Amino acid sequence: MRPENFIFLRSLMRQHAGVLLEEGKEYLVLARLGPLARRESWGSVDELISHLRSRPNGELRRQVAEAMVTTETSFFRDVHPFQTLKDVIFPDLIERRAGSRTLRIWSAACAAGQEAYSVAMLLKEHFGDLPGWHVRIVASDVSSAMIERAKLGSYSQLEINRGVPSHLLTRHFERDGLQWRVNEDIRQMVDFRQINLATPFPPLPEMDIIFARNVLIYFDENTRREVLRRLAGNLRKDGYLFVGGAETMIAYSDLFYRLQIDRTSCYRPRR
Amino acid sequence: MRVLVIDDSRAMRSILSKIMSEIGFDVVAAAHGREGLERLREDDGIGLVLVDWNLPEMNGYEFVQAVRADPAYDDVRLIMVSTETERERVLKALDAGVDEYVMKPFTRATIVEKLAFLGLADG
Repeated sequence: MRPENFIFLRSLMRQHAGVLLEEGKEYLVLARLGPLARRESWGSVDELISHLRSRPNGELRRQVAEAMVTTETSFFRDVHPFQTLKDVIFPDLIERRAGSRTLRIWSAACAAGQEAYSVAMLLKEHFGDLPGWHVRIVASDVSSAMIERAKLGSYSQLEINRGVPSHLLTRHFERDGLQWRVNEDIRQMVDFRQINLATPFPPLPEMDIIFARNVLIYFDENTRREVLRRLAGNLRKDGYLFVGGAETMIAYSDLFYRLQIDRTSCYRPRR
Repeated sequence: MRVLVIDDSRAMRSILSKIMSEIGFDVVAAAHGREGLERLREDDGIGLVLVDWNLPEMNGYEFVQAVRADPAYDDVRLIMVSTETERERVLKALDAGVDEYVMKPFTRATIVEKLAFLGLADG
């Protein structure tokens, strides 16, 4: 792609999404924006960006930014964190919160909702309905299109094949034409909201668990620190933060300390 | 561990065999359920079977029933790999005793994840 278009996109992503687009990531741009360019009948990604440069258009800019941050995700992504949730973290929280009988979980970059629904299924499977408890899962994403998709809870067979254990598929999904849809009792456990992590959060209750997996990599250094500072402020001091398996938190040890549970790393805020 | 791949399509046997040997399994293959049962009887190193549903001679569902009826194979893990994608089919296979169900088409990542659920690969 043309260098001036890449530079323009870098600055757009930094200003409007707080996202760092590194040198040499042209392939990523082509992969992410190719489908949008085709759908909107542009000859190429370059044509799409050139148009946006010459005629600023809020709606197109939003679509470009959304397409750039959309990631592939799957149900029960990585086995170990979910194993740890089931074996250690939920039993621990259920004991600690026996007084308030409240559990709050936030899937902070929820994409099409798989992570939030995975947590809901895991709770339902292993801890039942927790009668008398108030359990809420908040799922947010920067993309409003993703939020609409996630609310629907409808997935292709290929998406279902990835990550959903078969016994959970038969219990918590129904066929809906060629799609599989998450059952209503699971969908009702999740509240979906559009939230841009790069800007100040709307009012949210203090969370017991926050998932911010594979999203911090998209932010530049300063924004990442700001996001983590806000996440720390929204997490209870005995809560748990999950980041992606490949994401290092060494630079933020003033904000969080690490807990190693079996093969899973998670983090607690320093207060 | 050795894995037995049962599929009547030579192409599918070859795809699955390649994936499984790349993951680190020894692979033996069979073209239908009856041949699969013979392989299983003569080779007690087989710990996992990937079996298609629609097969000549003995189909995959009958194969699963036969294996689960014999306590000698209690430790053998069974994964159904099938073009049958109705919820009722998946349920029926699970009731018969399969450990996991993969719907065709699938990717290598699908197989790895299913194996990880069974503790047979690193997710």
